[in-house]
Amino acid sequence: MLDLVWLVVVVPLVSGLGLLVWGKEGDRVGHLVGTVASAVAFVIGLVAFVQLLGRPEDDRSVAGTLFTWISSGPFHVDMAYRFDPLSALFVLLVTGVGTLIHVYSIGYMAHDERRRRFFAYLNLFVAAMLTLVLADDYLVLFLGWEGVGLASYLLIGFWQHKPSAAAAAKKAFVLNRVGDVGMALAIMLMFAQLGTSSIQAVNATVAGQASESVATALGLLLLLGACGKSAQVPLQAWLLDAMEGPTPVSALIHAATMVTAGVYLVVRSNGIFDAAPVAQTAVVVVGLVTLLAGAGIGCTKDDIKKALAGSTMSQIGYMMLAAGLGPAGYAFAIFHLVTHGFFKANMFLGAGSVMHGMSDDVDMRHYGALRRAMPVTFATFGLGYLAIIGFPGFSGFFSKDRIIEAAFGESFWVGLAALLGAGVTAFYMTRLMVMTFTSPKRWLDDVHPHESPRVMTVPLVVLAALSVLGGVLVLGGWIEHWLEPVVGHTEHHELAVPAWGMSIIVTAVVAVGVALAWSTYTRSPIAGTAPADADVSVLTRAGRHELYGNAVNDTLVVRPTRHLTRVLVFLDARLVDGLVRGLADRLGDTSQFLRTPQTGYVRSYALSILVGSLVVVLALLAVTLA
Amino acid sequence: MATLLLADRPDIAAPTIEWSLLSPLLVVAGVAMVAVLVETFWPRRTRFTAQAVLAGLGLLAALLDTVRVYVSLDRVDGDVVGRGTPVAEGAVTVDGPGVLTWGLLLVFALLSLALFAERRLDGGLSAFTGRAVDPPGSAGEAEATRLRLEHTETFPLLLFALAGMMLFASANDLVTMFVGLEVMSLPLYLLCGLARRRRLVSQEASLKYFLLGAFSSVFFLYGVALAYGYAGSFRLADIDTAVTSRTGGEHLLLAAIGLISVGMLFKVGAVPFHQWTPDVYQGAPTPVTAFMAAGTKAAAFVAFMRVLFVAFGGASWDWRPLLWVVALLTMVVGSLVAIAQTDVKRMLAYSSVAHAGFLLVGLAGAYVADSERITSVSGLLFYLGVYGVSSIGAFAVVTVVRDAGGETTHLSRWAGLGKESPFLAGSFALFMLSFAGIPLTGGFIGKWSVFSAAWSGGYGALVVAGVLTSAVAAYFYVRVIVLMFFTDPVGDGPTVALPSVLTTVVIAAAAAGTMVLGILPGPVLDLAQHAGTFVR
Repeated sequence: MLDLVWLVVVVPLVSGLGLLVWGKEGDRVGHLVGTVASAVAFVIGLVAFVQLLGRPEDDRSVAGTLFTWISSGPFHVDMAYRFDPLSALFVLLVTGVGTLIHVYSIGYMAHDERRRRFFAYLNLFVAAMLTLVLADDYLVLFLGWEGVGLASYLLIGFWQHKPSAAAAAKKAFVLNRVGDVGMALAIMLMFAQLGTSSIQAVNATVAGQASESVATALGLLLLLGACGKSAQVPLQAWLLDAMEGPTPVSALIHAATMVTAGVYLVVRSNGIFDAAPVAQTAVVVVGLVTLLAGAGIGCTKDDIKKALAGSTMSQIGYMMLAAGLGPAGYAFAIFHLVTHGFFKANMFLGAGSVMHGMSDDVDMRHYGALRRAMPVTFATFGLGYLAIIGFPGFSGFFSKDRIIEAAFGESFWVGLAALLGAGVTAFYMTRLMVMTFTSPKRWLDDVHPHESPRVMTVPLVVLAALSVLGGVLVLGGWIEHWLEPVVGHTEHHELAVPAWGMSIIVTAVVAVGVALAWSTYTRSPIAGTAPADADVSVLTRAGRHELYGNAVNDTLVVRPTRHLTRVLVFLDARLVDGLVRGLADRLGDTSQFLRTPQTGYVRSYALSILVGSLVVVLALLAVTLA
Repeated sequence: MATLLLADRPDIAAPTIEWSLLSPLLVVAGVAMVAVLVETFWPRRTRFTAQAVLAGLGLLAALLDTVRVYVSLDRVDGDVVGRGTPVAEGAVTVDGPGVLTWGLLLVFALLSLALFAERRLDGGLSAFTGRAVDPPGSAGEAEATRLRLEHTETFPLLLFALAGMMLFASANDLVTMFVGLEVMSLPLYLLCGLARRRRLVSQEASLKYFLLGAFSSVFFLYGVALAYGYAGSFRLADIDTAVTSRTGGEHLLLAAIGLISVGMLFKVGAVPFHQWTPDVYQGAPTPVTAFMAAGTKAAAFVAFMRVLFVAFGGASWDWRPLLWVVALLTMVVGSLVAIAQTDVKRMLAYSSVAHAGFLLVGLAGAYVADSERITSVSGLLFYLGVYGVSSIGAFAVVTVVRDAGGETTHLSRWAGLGKESPFLAGSFALFMLSFAGIPLTGGFIGKWSVFSAAWSGGYGALVVAGVLTSAVAAYFYVRVIVLMFFTDPVGDGPTVALPSVLTTVVIAAAAAGTMVLGILPGPVLDLAQHAGTFVR
């Protein structure tokens, strides 16, 4: 099976394309075909993973070439894949969570007449994401990178009849383009400096063959790409708008898988980042800023999906931060990525289940007391909640703890900020829980909350179980050990406080956050409408406006560009068109003038021939004999 | 007595005729004569079909024969490689370029024949008048239409004209060339006046063409006489010998070159001898226009090239500047005046003038060196092929766009044709793009090949002028495309008559040819290169 691991890409790709071209007859079974394709990919991935486990440690990497993609002079790119411990984890995450979300979507999209198309896009997304993580060449990776971008665009704008969804899709696409420019430039730079774009070759030779400035440039360009895809500051603005897409999309693409591609890229390019300390620091700074910004946004949003999206930003900030710490953090970045994939997908699907019961209302101020109305959703969501805030024993506890620990190993201030983030996370998640499930009901008229069908709750239960148990991966340092062939040995810094002491401190901070939120939101009844901007603190206002990210983009980029286009349009209309039209008019005048000898009289034609002949003969004689 | 007579008999050797090499020409002429007999004896009811089938079979046979002849040509090694040999006591040369031109002419004739034979477009009658003697609009004309009379003489006329063209393109002495010229022209004069619709315009065109054609033939003939006075022979090779040895009498030589050129330039429609073109193209029945545009141009250009390169090759520094100026004038006037045209056929006529200019650029370049690069001969042959195919296709489209009064050639009536008939408008757009020389059409490769020949011949400035005028010409070609696809129709919009399979095949074949020559020009370019130079 290891030699056939590329089938995990082919199966959903074929299924996705097939579903797109299949006519109306496909509507009845299209969703089943899509789900089965995803499940088949998962089974293939699982078998391959088990076989990889069975191999000796130093042999856990299977590379292969499907065909030569580009061969032009010295530029040679193979359609090459590599199945190693890192990509194996991703294959499992993408296909596993992906399959659960496919199953969930059968119920969620049951009443949508374009359901077959939805599953086609989901399949295409899975294929593209797997291409991304299996690629053994940056150019092939870029292919998947663009593929997930396209799938994300199509899915965010799936309900294209809503102008807000169409606009959100466009925004996501454009902001991702900015990041993609960074990726493209990085690949070009690799080729110019190292003569190859193979991931293995680049990471092995960058330290020896390229100067540190080149490595730094490569690192920063890749970071730009990662920021776009992973919604990190300064390219974060698209993620909250992307919640316009159907909720399973938010769960799969904008929480569990695609948005973590940036983290994957940084970890995969560890050779480049290890050779470029400046770029690493930049990664840490980006991660830290996003961590706090996302948490801030999460505290202020009343839209349940946007609150979760802020949380996603923040959690990816954690992963970035860890990835920026170098070998000390790579394994933990991936560990948190996996556990986050479980619990965030769980909570997004839970949110979708809530919306399903609340007639697609997303405003938490209209929720409340759903604990009784939707017991399964509440229970699974609650487990996800405990996991994300880092309740001892749950998966998030282990993964976040390790990152904070590693951050303290890097610097006290970085560690402190990460610790603060944990507290804020506890605050906004508790706020969300209280407003949605435990506070008195504030339902609008004609809303009758009910539990979702079995096809939606079963995936919730599975994901909840994974959220709880995901922590086992770290027992005995398994994940560090597993990833060692890819990211190198993880060094442990000796901290002033022992590891268990650290855990207690983190748990204490989390407890404070929970307590604060609990007291704030249970002391007085929650208003059905949000207080006006003027009545809330500066910080809340900033959070509500997503830290003014849109305003910044608007001022710095959109408006200057618009002015520039106006100037260019003016120049084009007056100068260029004026010249062209003027020229055309003059030619037309000349044409009218030249046709005047065309009188229609044979005599004048004959005269023209006679004069022409005389001129021809006389000119010949004159020129030659003179 | 008998012995005396025998002894006194002057010793006349029978001329040797290489029948086998000349057979394609003879087949066409022979079928034409048979067609005259058919005209006389075949019952009227089925005569039209019989004539069309006979002509078609004759043309096919001649085409196959041409292929056989081309393959059998012997290689002649000189300064430049050639193929073939003079035949019929030196009156005709069967050589690579000549036989290739035969092939082109036969293909053009086959395509045109299909248009000649089209009867579905005009209520079961051909595009030709029923009884030419009736004055337009008379009671006799109405009666002829009622009786469903048709002139089937058009088929033998087509074949005679074709035979003339073939002879014209491969004549090896000036008298034979003149004979070819006239055999080609006379049937065309007649054909031009036979339109079923708008007969007055058609007859006017015919008369104009005849008068001006005769006028220009006189110049040609005068030039031939002067050439004989200079060299003492009509043979192109003999004239060449006289020119290269500079026997004296420069005045005679230059005047001969000038006057012969005038005759040729008239036939190809070069400025300032082009004025007949729009009037005749517009007035003639469209199938005839199609045949004329493609065939006359090809035959005349090859004959012109043969005279200049073979007979006057030694004096090329005298005639090249002349062609330089005429080419420039022709391109500029043709392209510019086309902009002001409102009639499709007139626009195509000016377009044909402009194309004569582009072809003259390649001719003026006079690049004949034997190298890997494209020579003037092969460049022109390729261009003529592409231009002919696209032209016939374009005129075929014109025959299909109709209203109650016959073809609607006013451009304003073509607005919105793309909605009415995407296939038709798409084909026409393809021909326009090819005329404009847009890449991936045959026209681009054609322009490239004549321009590259001119460039190799040292006429870079003329090439630059040619490219600039192509840009101007693109304007009116693209304007038609815009009109067809992006303009709302006026009133009821254009109507497209449903043609029979004949016209459909012509349009489809022309479109396919235009595209294939643009995308895969290699084999045909190789063929044109392989033809080599003229054999004297």
